[in-house]
Amino acid sequence: MAKTVAQEFKKGLWDEIPPFRLVLGLCPVLAVTTTAENGLGMGLATTFVLVCSNMLVSLLRNNIPSRIRVPCFIIIIATFVILVELLMQAFAYGLFLELGIFIPLIVVNCLVLGRSEAFASKNKFVPSLADGLGMGIGFTLSLGVLGAVRESLGTGMISGVKVFGPSFEPFEFMVQAPGAFVALGLLLCVMNIIGKK
Amino acid sequence: MREMVRMVATLTILAAAAGGLLATVKTTTAERIEQAVLDYVQGPAVMSIMEDVSNDPLEDRFALTIDNEERDFFIGKIDGAPRIVALEGKASGYGGDIGVMVGIDIETGEIVGIGITTHSETPGVGSRAESDVRFLTSFKGIPVREQDKIYIGEDDGDISNIGGATVTARGVCTAVRRAGEMYKNYESEIKTQVEAFAG
Repeated sequence: MAKTVAQEFKKGLWDEIPPFRLVLGLCPVLAVTTTAENGLGMGLATTFVLVCSNMLVSLLRNNIPSRIRVPCFIIIIATFVILVELLMQAFAYGLFLELGIFIPLIVVNCLVLGRSEAFASKNKFVPSLADGLGMGIGFTLSLGVLGAVRESLGTGMISGVKVFGPSFEPFEFMVQAPGAFVALGLLLCVMNIIGKK
Repeated sequence: MREMVRMVATLTILAAAAGGLLATVKTTTAERIEQAVLDYVQGPAVMSIMEDVSNDPLEDRFALTIDNEERDFFIGKIDGAPRIVALEGKASGYGGDIGVMVGIDIETGEIVGIGITTHSETPGVGSRAESDVRFLTSFKGIPVREQDKIYIGEDDGDISNIGGATVTARGVCTAVRRAGEMYKNYESEIKTQVEAFAG
């Protein structure tokens, strides 16, 4: 069942959208989505790593002995993660302070390793690029939406702009850890209702 | 055997390439990162200490190597003459190291103010050390040489405690004492460096 490049790209946006359909990479999904901006920043950082590692793994897939493929993937992924961390420190230090420890933790995000193992190591360069890009954008959108839901309900604002009327009383717990689970559960529920039709 | 060699070779080449790439990026971004840390971490703390200085303390700074570590010193001028020097001390708090910028009046040797640079204290509890005015201002005016005063009240010192965050408050006191210690031990070097900024 050969899929077209466009299909490989599109599946990450809905059919296999990472946090909601594959339910992969939940640690950052729950931890950094206190605001829409943090969610998007984390998503973009992950997308960069995902696209780069997918491309490189796909290019090297015939040269990597299968018994040591996982250590090789980890080296590749870790390299790009440190690259992102350095670049973020140099050009977006404010975001780096917010995301902090979760940037190095992209290394152990099972979504990134999962795509290398399940897709890029078996497919050609272009489909792997499309897969990484689609999954990454899907991940970014999910984090952005989750962040926006939590930020708006938890603080009544998105990036400093009030979204509800003046009588709105913020649910403060939405920006704390339990709120992450509640928001994720509600979004999963909405996704399933839409998906059934 | 051949497979073994191939595995070792693959990993070695991959790791070497990764190392080389990262070393290159690290050197090329080092300067920008230093600037970013200055703007985001040390900058706000320095500016909160030096309220009515006539210069830009982030511009007028020098570095000394103390205990194999390069440390930045920021100079605040009052009426054109260097008067305040700010340096950073570190100590462990409740959740890791706390960095504290300490401003010292070089003529009287008194603390003019402190500002927290980095910390990983519990949000809403220890993190109040950043903004608790009573706590922060209680450092003001203490001569940096009288180290036994830089303890919280419970430890027979002059510093107001932060309710519910004693460990953090103690950590900040230790960091301030360490900065004071450093200032005391290197006072002549610091003063020579500061004089270069006069006039």
